[in-house]
Formats: sequence, C-alpha cells, structure tokens
Amino acid sequence: MPPVWAQVVYLAAAVCFILALKGLSSPKTARRGNLIGAAGATLATVTVLISGKLDHLLPIGIAIVVGIAIGTIGAYRVQMTQMPQLVALFNGVGGGAAAIVALVELHEISERGGAPTFHLIATALTIIIGSVSFTGSIVTFLKLQELMTTRPITFAGYPILYGLALLSAIGFAVFLALFPTMVAGIALAVIGAGVGVLLVLPVGGADVPIVISLLNAFTGLSVAASGYVLENPLLLVGGTLVGAAGTLLTKLMATAMGRSLGNTLFGALKGGSTLG
Amino acid sequence: MTEAITWLTIFVLAAFVGIEVISKVSSTLHTPLMSGANAIHGIILVGAILVAGHTDSTPILGLSLVAVVLAAINLAGGFVVTDRMLQMFIRKRPVSGGDQRPGIEG
Repeated sequence: MPPVWAQVVYLAAAVCFILALKGLSSPKTARRGNLIGAAGATLATVTVLISGKLDHLLPIGIAIVVGIAIGTIGAYRVQMTQMPQLVALFNGVGGGAAAIVALVELHEISERGGAPTFHLIATALTIIIGSVSFTGSIVTFLKLQELMTTRPITFAGYPILYGLALLSAIGFAVFLALFPTMVAGIALAVIGAGVGVLLVLPVGGADVPIVISLLNAFTGLSVAASGYVLENPLLLVGGTLVGAAGTLLTKLMATAMGRSLGNTLFGALKGGSTLG
Repeated sequence: MTEAITWLTIFVLAAFVGIEVISKVSSTLHTPLMSGANAIHGIILVGAILVAGHTDSTPILGLSLVAVVLAAINLAGGFVVTDRMLQMFIRKRPVSGGDQRPGIEG
C-alpha cells in the first residue's frame, strides 16, 4: 500500500475528477471544471512518482515527457473540425495503455504463480475492454478522417463472425481466470482487437460520435478494472466515473440525435438503414 | 467487511456519482464533456507508471513504457483539446447583456 499521505492525495484527485465532470456539464463552469480535472491528474502523477518506491525513474520520466509532448502538440495543431477524431484517437491510446498495464500485471501474476479469481477476472476484463476500445477508436478515427468509407460496412455472415468473436472472448476470459498465462492474455488482447473492429465497421459516419462516446465509457470501465487489479482506488474511482458518465452521455447523445443506441450499433446488421 | 466488498462498494458509489453529476448537461456541451471524460481516464498513467517502476524484466519494462507514453498522450492531450474546444465554445457564444445563459438551448 502507498503511504497515507499519498492515499489522501489520491482521494483529493478523485474529488477533482468529480468536480471536473460537474463543471463540464454547465457552460459557465466548463473551462474551470476541465482545469480542475487537469490539476487533479497532475497532482496524482507527481504523487505516484514520489511515493511509489519506483525503479527506472529516468526512462519513466522520459516516457511521460514524450507522451505529454505528443498529446499537447497534437491537441494544439488540430483543426476545430477534426477535434472529434482526435478525441477518438486519445481515447484509443488510453484503452491501449490500460490493456498493456493489465498484460504486464498478468506477467507478474504468472511469475508469482497465481492470484485470487476476482483479480484474474478484472485482469481479463481490462485486457479485453481496453483492446476493444483501442481498435474501435482507430476505426472511428479512420472513418471521421475519411481515410476509409464512412458508409456502414457489413458482409454476409457478419453476425455469425461477430457472435463467434464474442463467444471466444468469453471463452478465453474464463481460460485466463483458470490458467493465468501470458499466452491467454495475448490471445484475449487479439480477440478484443477483432471485436473492436467488428463493433465499429457497421456504424455509419453520422453515428460515429455516439460510438466514440460509447468507446470512451469502455475505456473508463477498463481503467476501473485495472484499478482493482493494481489495488489503486484512484484508478477505480476515475475509471468508474468515466464509465458511468460516459454511458449516460452516450444515451443522451443518441437521444439528442434522434437515434437509438441499438440501432446505431446493429442497425446495418439487421438490414435496416443507418445514417451514412 | 471483506476487501473485495470494500472495492465493490467504491465502484457502485462512484458509478452513481458519475451518472448523477452529468445528468443535467446541456446538449451543446455533449462533445466537450465527452472529451473531458476522455482526458480523465488518462489517469491510467498512474497505473502505467506503477507497473513500469516495479518490474525487473527489460522487455516488460519496454512494454510498460509504451503504456506510459500512450497514457500520457491521452491525459495531457485530452485536457488540452477539451480546453481548446471550450475556448471556441465561449468565443462562439459571447455572454451578452440580454442573454445571460448562452448555450442552454435544446
């Protein structure tokens, strides 16, 4: 466990995230809310670096600086019309990061020779949801950037392939819970990546923002599960907040656009029309 | 109370808070809110730093550092792009004398 002062700072950061979401829901307080969120995140990052009793501080520091530089430059360079796809991309790399964190933790677990079942289930969930979010977000980025067709893509047997992918995801998740090995983890990541692509391909261009919001909620859930795996309450709270708020936001966005979520995701598969 | 139940309690309460705090969002703020929430889950950076700092295997360290870079992109880029979005939002809808509540239509 981290020292008490660090845990108090994590709690403060979690409160910052709640205030950030609260602020962001009203025009007058939105900018301040976003800054409060950024302050909480900065506080938490500095705290983990100081209190974590970490090795490899130099390469970690360099990696943080590189990531901040890429993210900030990307965010400043982007045109206003391209902001949604940039958000999709940021969401995707976040999901990818969560999946990698869970894979690394799985490696530690397999070296230790096992972990409680709940831990393994949460690990499997983090890997799969993180990978779905990663590839799903990349496909939404390609669609919005018009690097691929914005029309819904389906083909004969699509629902069957979809079903098989979901079933094998569940199968490998159970397998991982019983036999925690890296092979199972990597297989799960690959299947999750496939499910992510299958999830977004049938979605028409006009509906893509709804799906970005859904994938955003997915990444939140995956971060929440990783919080349980790493026994870090801040990741659990931050991830859960985004998972819950993101799910409601997805529903609100769909309603505002006069769409149902089910129709957005599966409309093209049923042969119905999705907005292209 | 077992430890697992404690974690489950935190999870359930946080889920209700997450739903409750944004339930009154105006539809013009949907995209910035999504972007801000997206930045918040970049906090996985803390997890990536922890796993990177606690491994003694070089390939695993390399993998963890990739996660650190990706998470830092999500976190920093997310907050910056949200701020830019909101700046435009405020500029586009200036608060004038008669209209004290910009953007609360729909």
